[in-house]
Amino acid sequence: MNWMAWTGVTATFFSVIGCILIFMTILEIKSPSLEKKGFLPIATTRGDKLFISLISAAYIHLGFLAFVDTVLWVALCISLFWSAVVFRWG
Amino acid sequence: MQRKVRDNKAWFLVLPVFILVAFSAIVPIMTVVNYSVQDIFDQNTAYFVGAEWYREMLRNPALLDSLGRQFFFSFSVLAIEVPLGILIALVMPTKGRMAAVSLILVAIPLLIPWNVVGTIWQIFSRADIGLFGYAVNAVGIDYNYTSDPTAAWLTVLLMDVWHWTPLIALLCYSGLRAIPEAFYQAARIDRASKWAIFRHIQLPRLKSVLVIGVLLRFMDSFMIYTEPFVLTGGGPGNSTTFLSQALTQMAIGQFDIGPAAAFSLIYYLIVLLVCYAFFTAINQLDKAK
Repeated sequence: MNWMAWTGVTATFFSVIGCILIFMTILEIKSPSLEKKGFLPIATTRGDKLFISLISAAYIHLGFLAFVDTVLWVALCISLFWSAVVFRWG
Repeated sequence: MQRKVRDNKAWFLVLPVFILVAFSAIVPIMTVVNYSVQDIFDQNTAYFVGAEWYREMLRNPALLDSLGRQFFFSFSVLAIEVPLGILIALVMPTKGRMAAVSLILVAIPLLIPWNVVGTIWQIFSRADIGLFGYAVNAVGIDYNYTSDPTAAWLTVLLMDVWHWTPLIALLCYSGLRAIPEAFYQAARIDRASKWAIFRHIQLPRLKSVLVIGVLLRFMDSFMIYTEPFVLTGGGPGNSTTFLSQALTQMAIGQFDIGPAAAFSLIYYLIVLLVCYAFFTAINQLDKAK
């Protein structure tokens, strides 16, 4: 695995993503999600909401890196809040 | 509308594909993520720098210029190729020997490899020996794509239009052929004009193929590398240096693996977002049907 140039931070990052995907897969098998229409312009399943949350988090972090000089914890908090909103009302 | 899913086990059938994709795409992307947070000197020397490369890349004017050029190029290409492709599909013969001949003629540019297309247009557009370049200069227009950025841009655009409009044309052609004759008969009974037939019968029925065509063309033009590299080498100056070329120069030319990896991921996120938008649009169209 040395060729992949792992660092502790990236290993944690991918582990968290992996755990989320495993959790969502198990959840989907145990209790298949239904398409629902919330405030988002399209009807979404749980998987859609996860994808939207993850890609939004990436863009929120990039926006912070591009325009703001504060630490990224703020971006992380905003991303988590946005994800919660998407999952609850999206 | 809500549908209760009764059995979700079919998803396990996707597992082999998932394993294949894991090795062909996910592992390489993970490696790029790992590179993007490190300053790499050689195979054994790397220092963790956190999000520093991302911050630097997002504020790098040369790369942001390349990104702007890339968007402008993709939108220009779509603005020309989509209407032109539809037009070609509409005028292509539908029956007889000429239908087959025109299909073959239209498809020829698609069969030519990218680097050969670049070479063809590099020679074709030269003011001294190229047929196109010489002809344009002969009618009194000062045209030299090696020194004039506008001429270089126009040549790259023209080359892409020549190479890829046939894809849109063929997609639309197949979409038009799928419209049942009864629709045209009804239009004739109503004495509908050609424009009305196009607006109310053909265009709505082409929607699905056009979404796929626009997606393919956006992705391909957004990642263009070989043709402009062979034609202009990114010049004059940096006027036709698109994102892929800028990243390749950074990663392979300067061996700045970390910054190049960071910008590659930003590039990837843009492509991913656009793909998702199109994927959603296609799904919505299917549901509307």
